[in-house]
Amino acid sequence: MTVATKERKLTIARAMAEAIAQEMRIDDKVFVMGEDVGPLGGVFGNTRGLHDEFGSLRVRDTPISETAFMGAAVGAASDGMRPIVELMFVDFFGVCFDAIYNLMAKNTYFSGGETPVPVVLMTSTGGGYSDAGQHSQCLHATFAHLPGMKVVAPSNAYDAKGLMTAAIRDNNPVIFMFHKALQGMGWLGTEKDAIVHVPEEAYEVPIGKAAIVREGSDVTLVGITSGVHHSLKAARTLAERGISAEVLDLRSLVPLDRDTVLASVRKTGRLIVVDEDYQSYGMSAEIISSVVEQGVVLKAAPQRVAYPDIPIPFTPVMEQWALPNADKIIAAFEKMTNG
Amino acid sequence: MKPSKEQQLWMYEHMLISRYFEESIETIYMEGKTPAFNMAKGPIPGEMHLSNGQEPCAVGVCAHLTPSDVVTSTHRPHHVAIAKGVDLDRMTAEIFGKKTGLSGGRGGHMHIFDAAVNFSCSGIIAQGMGPAVGAALSRQMQNKDGVAVAFLGEGAANQGAFHETLNLAAVWKLPVVFVIEDNAWGISVSKSSSTAIERNDQRAAAYGMPGHFIPGNDPLAVFEVAGQAIERARRGEGPSLIEIETYRLAGHFMGDAEGYRPEGEKDALFAKDPIPKLRAHLEAQHGWTSSDDAALVARCHARVDAAIAFARESAFPAPEEALEKVFV
Repeated sequence: MTVATKERKLTIARAMAEAIAQEMRIDDKVFVMGEDVGPLGGVFGNTRGLHDEFGSLRVRDTPISETAFMGAAVGAASDGMRPIVELMFVDFFGVCFDAIYNLMAKNTYFSGGETPVPVVLMTSTGGGYSDAGQHSQCLHATFAHLPGMKVVAPSNAYDAKGLMTAAIRDNNPVIFMFHKALQGMGWLGTEKDAIVHVPEEAYEVPIGKAAIVREGSDVTLVGITSGVHHSLKAARTLAERGISAEVLDLRSLVPLDRDTVLASVRKTGRLIVVDEDYQSYGMSAEIISSVVEQGVVLKAAPQRVAYPDIPIPFTPVMEQWALPNADKIIAAFEKMTNG
Repeated sequence: MKPSKEQQLWMYEHMLISRYFEESIETIYMEGKTPAFNMAKGPIPGEMHLSNGQEPCAVGVCAHLTPSDVVTSTHRPHHVAIAKGVDLDRMTAEIFGKKTGLSGGRGGHMHIFDAAVNFSCSGIIAQGMGPAVGAALSRQMQNKDGVAVAFLGEGAANQGAFHETLNLAAVWKLPVVFVIEDNAWGISVSKSSSTAIERNDQRAAAYGMPGHFIPGNDPLAVFEVAGQAIERARRGEGPSLIEIETYRLAGHFMGDAEGYRPEGEKDALFAKDPIPKLRAHLEAQHGWTSSDDAALVARCHARVDAAIAFARESAFPAPEEALEKVFV
């Protein structure tokens, strides 16, 4: 007898909201606050339906006062609550970073572990839709660089739900970065591969574990959020040329699953990192140095396909030129094999 | 709401403990730092912000609080921590960087956390305010007893966090009281040259909450006003803002030559030291005698001396313990 499995495709936005709702049903300490997270359901749809079900005490629209409500999330978490707080665009971290990196990230350490800070900070990343340099950044490395925060960044709805569930249940601060172009909001363009089957029941995707999303033997492509989808497209093109690319979805930036990256690169001997964050001083450098310092024997120098070190320009001809894409990954591979 | 004799004696006792604690720290801090002053040397390295003179703010407010109430303090936290009931042995050991310290030496004097009495502080100006508001939100959402009090300096009233948190606390009618310890100086910059208005309690009007100003660094007056504000918060009627005129009898930090003070200012402040004033009040109103006083002083000194002995005798942590407690 075969059991028919019904496909239940969700966007990342809906998967996030579903994970939050399920945790709010079983734990009355979980609540949501941020700008426009209430009746509007979040500018990026990830709190849709929560206000209807849980009301305005547990799904709280805040004033446009990120410093106040980030600090309040820390205080509420240390007093036994489990806040999920939204920073609408990651670019807005500049107005409230003290509450994030000096309080949220350090209070556990300063209290010798006696005052945990179980906050989930969810924030949108990424560009590609001409929102220019204050609303299009990724800033993965900015958050990953500072100790005391876990950082996750899913590329599809299945991981988004599982990582959100794991983040809410974690006793540490977790930064949950979701890429706008993967969110499934039509008006931001939609990456169809991000909309995948999502089980209805609650489940966790472990924080700190990368996924091998395509197996291969000739080159390892390590992607973060949008970079995973660019990598998958590049892998399909390379396959037509008889080249077998392995694609890793990092999923967690902190803790970083170096073991999975190392195992893959030991197998393929080639590494390309694809990151929409700024190229210099970033995750791409961290991943490459993690491989190099382990003495992995490489067939070619590692490459990175990342954002140039410029503020993100507005006009589409400039922005699209600067963004990572599959063609740039293929060009990087050709450079490695022709050199 | 006048303090009872017992409450006055409690305040006096904690002022004495706090003052003697700071005087002891001041002496020990200089060990290893003479003739050349090097902040990294001696049994207590790092910055040291002493609270001598500001004790009335701490005791007048904390006399109304229980261990379950939440307090956040500043980079100058010792007097408030002592009044809130923070474990004195472990706090002292923390200041000495010892394994038995509150965080095992990870935080130091500007990052005192004692979960048992819901006390924490931050070395960043005005950044205790958000956590206090969040703790108050937690109590309100859980329908749980308890208020939060955020201590801050007058300089913090010019920070964005001050205005954002006052607004948020008022919009959500949270059980929180904001207490400004106005010692007139932000390091070397005077309040009059940094602040557009004379008194920060006036800023409460902008956020629709009661504002109170308490002149004279008077613990009895602080007790009365703080009591009203805290009771109001406990009744669910929302936040209040209090500014207390207080005196910083020490420098901003140890090593501060205080050349920015007008001539004679320090002498005038010492003449208004709140501790002898409260003692005189106790003598005049409550028959407090010199032998009562000698006995209490001896007890307070013994308490502090024991904490310092505990800190001195405690072992340092193993260096590699630095890698622990980043996550739990």
